Amino acid sequence: MLRSRVVPFLLLRGNGLVKTKKFDDPKYVGDPINAVKIFNEKEVDELTLLDIEATASGQGPNFALLRDIAAESRMPLCYGGGVDNAETAARIIALGYEKVSVSHAALERPELVREMAERVGRQSVVVTIDVKKEGLFGSSYRVSSLNAKQKHKVDPVAFAIQCAELGAGEIVLNSVDRDGMMQGYDLELARKVRTAITIPMTVVGGAASVDDLQALTDEMAPIGAGAGSLFVFKGKYRAVLISYMRP
Amino acid sequence: MVMLCVIDYGSGNVAAIANICNRERIPYMITEDLHRFEEATHFLLPGVGAFDPTITKLKESGILSALETEVLTKGKPIMGICVGMHLLANGSDEGLQAGLGWIPGHVRRIDASKLTKPPHLPHMGWNSITGNAQDPLLQGIDMNHGFYFLHSYYYDASDPNDVVSTSSYGGDLPCIVRKGHIVGAQFHPEKSHSNGIRLIKNFVGVSGC
Repeated sequence: MLRSRVVPFLLLRGNGLVKTKKFDDPKYVGDPINAVKIFNEKEVDELTLLDIEATASGQGPNFALLRDIAAESRMPLCYGGGVDNAETAARIIALGYEKVSVSHAALERPELVREMAERVGRQSVVVTIDVKKEGLFGSSYRVSSLNAKQKHKVDPVAFAIQCAELGAGEIVLNSVDRDGMMQGYDLELARKVRTAITIPMTVVGGAASVDDLQALTDEMAPIGAGAGSLFVFKGKYRAVLISYMRP
Repeated sequence: MVMLCVIDYGSGNVAAIANICNRERIPYMITEDLHRFEEATHFLLPGVGAFDPTITKLKESGILSALETEVLTKGKPIMGICVGMHLLANGSDEGLQAGLGWIPGHVRRIDASKLTKPPHLPHMGWNSITGNAQDPLLQGIDMNHGFYFLHSYYYDASDPNDVVSTSSYGGDLPCIVRKGHIVGAQFHPEKSHSNGIRLIKNFVGVSGC
């Protein structure tokens, strides 16, 4: 039986790893190669690496670092950050990544999703949708990008449907409001998107415990349960400690 | 003496396989140089992307004709991985080109209509496998834990005797096929932790673990 995936989400900045809160206030948490070695030993289901500076700085993906990470990894990898054309996606796949994620570039030009699917195959195309509650009392969900600094008048459910039709193989639903807060997933948001599309999906933002992972997988299995803080911090003082757990 | 040749034709993750060989002390080489194929005892044929461009690369690089000598004439074992497995079939719904036809069968799209709830395609993640635990390829494999899959097309083998293992996703899909010394694996052993390492070791006949 196909199982739910429990996926650590690691944020790259320069050559280091950071962890944010609500996409802000990045705190250094260590060396990516070291983290990959630890996750290898823990036999992690899948690992996602997102470079939070690659698009904003205009520098694009850090290929040298990505090569070193892929050479070390014995688990499936997804990379996102600064990918804005199909050729770059193909280059990353050739380094040994199973999936490439786009976010801001797909909002700017949705056709990119189709071009990537034609170049590397649908199964390797991921669209990460950063979602923020907007409006009076946070009454509606809206898509954002560029580390939540740019708002889009786009509904996440409609955008997920559009990306799936264009050829995305997976949607990653990333809650800006829940990021780093460790207060549980936004299950309401996950439900809205899960019922609207048939491609695989991963939810990230808010997981604080195995119970949070379990609540998601119990309801929507097989699904990807992503987490950042849960796998890089320990205790209420947020001491850095890489760990891994499954429901 | 084993010498595993990982064929590097710009399709597939050769670095991860090299990493496993280093760790497990399996003698290996990563090459696209046909003249070195003679030194090899076993071949790994990775593959990612679509069927047609992948087989075109294999043909145009001259690798295919060199492999025919090594595998078909000399009888050296080969294992195709993911799209590298699909190339072993007669053809694919995903493309127009003919496959190698080394293990009779056709690559078809997974029938998502048999899946009762989302997700449908691609088949993404860790799935258990079934098969005869005594089979030399499956020895020591935790079949319940299984392997990492990422695909929308599967190998519909013509002869059920060529199917070593299946995984269930909208039906029983062959995930390891074998005819004599020619093997195909649908999942990614290089990304499947200890099970993947074990399968590669079983393939090259290195005991231990």
